[in-house]
Amino acid sequence: MTNTPTTRMNMIQAINSAMDVMMDRDPAVIVMGEDVGYFGGVFRATAGLQAKYGKTRVFDTPITECGIIGVAVGMGAYGLRPVPEIQFADYIYPALDQLVSEAARLRYRSAGEFIAPITVRSPFGGGIFGGQTHSQSPEGIFTHVSGIKTVIPSTPYDAKGLLIAAIEDNDPTLFFEPKRIYNGPFDGHWDRPTQNWSQHPAGAVPEGYYKIPLGRANVVREGEALTILVYGTMVHVASAVVAEAGVDAEIIDLRTLVPLDIETIEASVKKTGRCMIIHEATRTGGFGAELSALVQERCFYHLEAPIERVTGFDTPYPHSLEWAYFPGPVRIGEALKKVMKD
Amino acid sequence: MPSDHPGANLPPLSLYVPEPRFRPGDTVDFTQVALPPAGQARRPDTAEPAATFTDLAYDLIRVLDADGQAVGAWNPRLSPDTLRAMLRSMVTVRAFDERMFRAQRQGKTSFYMKCTGEEAVAVSAAFALDRDDMCFPSYRQQGLLVARGWSLIDMMNQIYSNKGDRLQGKQLPIMYSVRDASFFSISGNLTTQYPQAVGWAMASAAKGDTRIAAAWCGEGSTAEGDFHSACTFASVYRAPVIFNVVNNQWAISSFSGFAGAESTTFAARAIGYGIAGLRVDGNDALAVYAATAWAAERARTNQGPTLIEHFTYRVEGHSTSDDPGQYRSAGEASAWPLGDPITRLKDHLIAIGEWDEDAHAAQDKEVAETVRAAQREAEANGILGHGLHQPLDTLFDGVFEEMPWHLREQQAQMLAEETASGRPWARK
Repeated sequence: MTNTPTTRMNMIQAINSAMDVMMDRDPAVIVMGEDVGYFGGVFRATAGLQAKYGKTRVFDTPITECGIIGVAVGMGAYGLRPVPEIQFADYIYPALDQLVSEAARLRYRSAGEFIAPITVRSPFGGGIFGGQTHSQSPEGIFTHVSGIKTVIPSTPYDAKGLLIAAIEDNDPTLFFEPKRIYNGPFDGHWDRPTQNWSQHPAGAVPEGYYKIPLGRANVVREGEALTILVYGTMVHVASAVVAEAGVDAEIIDLRTLVPLDIETIEASVKKTGRCMIIHEATRTGGFGAELSALVQERCFYHLEAPIERVTGFDTPYPHSLEWAYFPGPVRIGEALKKVMKD
Repeated sequence: MPSDHPGANLPPLSLYVPEPRFRPGDTVDFTQVALPPAGQARRPDTAEPAATFTDLAYDLIRVLDADGQAVGAWNPRLSPDTLRAMLRSMVTVRAFDERMFRAQRQGKTSFYMKCTGEEAVAVSAAFALDRDDMCFPSYRQQGLLVARGWSLIDMMNQIYSNKGDRLQGKQLPIMYSVRDASFFSISGNLTTQYPQAVGWAMASAAKGDTRIAAAWCGEGSTAEGDFHSACTFASVYRAPVIFNVVNNQWAISSFSGFAGAESTTFAARAIGYGIAGLRVDGNDALAVYAATAWAAERARTNQGPTLIEHFTYRVEGHSTSDDPGQYRSAGEASAWPLGDPITRLKDHLIAIGEWDEDAHAAQDKEVAETVRAAQREAEANGILGHGLHQPLDTLFDGVFEEMPWHLREQQAQMLAEETASGRPWARK
């Protein structure tokens, strides 16, 4: 997709590179959020950007999420292309009104007179002993909102390409970054040494501009026995479980939840006849429910078993019992047996 | 109540719940409303730090005195032509409101909101701002559009959601969006436009532009969290923005006490943020103009934001869905001590020999005819509920820049269902 040289990057570096590339290409791109300026972000995602592009393009904000998003919407109306950061997805709720009532509807309600071409970056997901307010996966709240796109990468390569696409996109986009895999893929075995991206093929990231189109899934493993629909950290957990179980699963990393790559999903389930959906977010009303309904509607006569969902439980994210809550190898393994039984 | 807790012998606490002074049937007495005489308030240099004129946040800037003369340091010394143009805009707004209110009562549209008594707040501000300064209004600043010469027919088309409606019937009546008049898309969600105005102003400053932003909300809406976030952002980045708080005493049925008015002024909110705060007689077109011009100069010279409280009164119901007779005394509007903004500007023009009752009556007639003619033209484009004014499939336009598959599917499904239903809409 690109001719520029490739460098080994972790996901943080890839995200940083995406913003660097876009700020260099487009003077309308600005970065803002709590601690993103001089300090470079609590996860270092914006490190070096203020020094390179100046304080009027990369700046720290007051601690007010509704203000951050509201201001970004106004900047978008002016003609800028803001990339605001919400420090943790768990803290995006104060900005819900600005996201749901304003950013998502601005184009529709003004018949295109004003748009909100903003990309909201936010670390999300668990697996880091983050407890109740540093672990949540609120994507289902936003996939329910018409007018917002929701993107979740699972590798450094995807993170950069998808973030560049999101920043260039003229619709408001939520870009949820699975912080568990910022530094390396996570197979769900919390009790084993962690890996880093340096050994992973998707840790090779082009230095320059490239993008991965929004709305296209990635088949990370082709297979015939069942289809696994997954995104974010769970892509790697699912892949590890499948490898250990020796099941010929087709694993689809959705990458974009809205708009969804329904063609890839439909073709796969029609081929395999079985479907499992995995996400960290709580079960009831989660995005898995939408996926399950779509597969049931479109692939009903091809299904050989009920669609299986492996998700976080319908509880707040616990601290000490994290590995009981997290849909890890044990829970996915059991679900795999169940869906393959008939 | 537990009687055995450690503080059981202390006097009981009591919860204070504010109550307006007058309810339906009560005789109104506004003598407690402090009204400093016109011309008394000092006019500081716009470059002074906000902390040096906190007095003005508790004062009331007034230019027009009881004799209709413009007095004091805030007299903007406008030309008679400008004064007459402002008066004409205000008269037009009121005539427009009357016609559209009646149109709603006649079932021609679903909803309307008047700004009766508050015409000066928007009209004078529009005259004091440059036309390309971006306005982030609430739903009661139709005067901005009228003062900027925007088409009444276009506004009515939106109210009727007819085939001339640029917003394709997607928005509730009066939720205008007029980019060409630097009038931001109105949202139903209160005060969301405040941080947006700050963002627009910050963007203008970051780009080295010369344009400023202005936002409006009611006193009731200052209680929203967005008001706080906007003031914080505006102060931190010294954004070139003007915050207007239209204190018309009422937020639907809740009197201003429920937004904190019993304890302080709304202009005084500015002090804690380090923002310049002015409190203005909102029924005094010259005071509103002067305060806005002062704030605009302050913003344009990189001295930062200003918050202006416009002290006024909401003469009519909140909307066509509201009956104020249920919660406030019918005598309030006529007893309001700041009078009527149109009458006061008219009296001023007459007092300085630049207008007379005959000219005013003739203008009233002429404006009424202009509004009626606009209404006829707009209604030729259709009224709400009478026929299909937008093709059915436009329902899906503009959710995203490009329509994703799931919306295309839903669109096709809707069209198929309509066709199957045999309803006349499907054949359009």
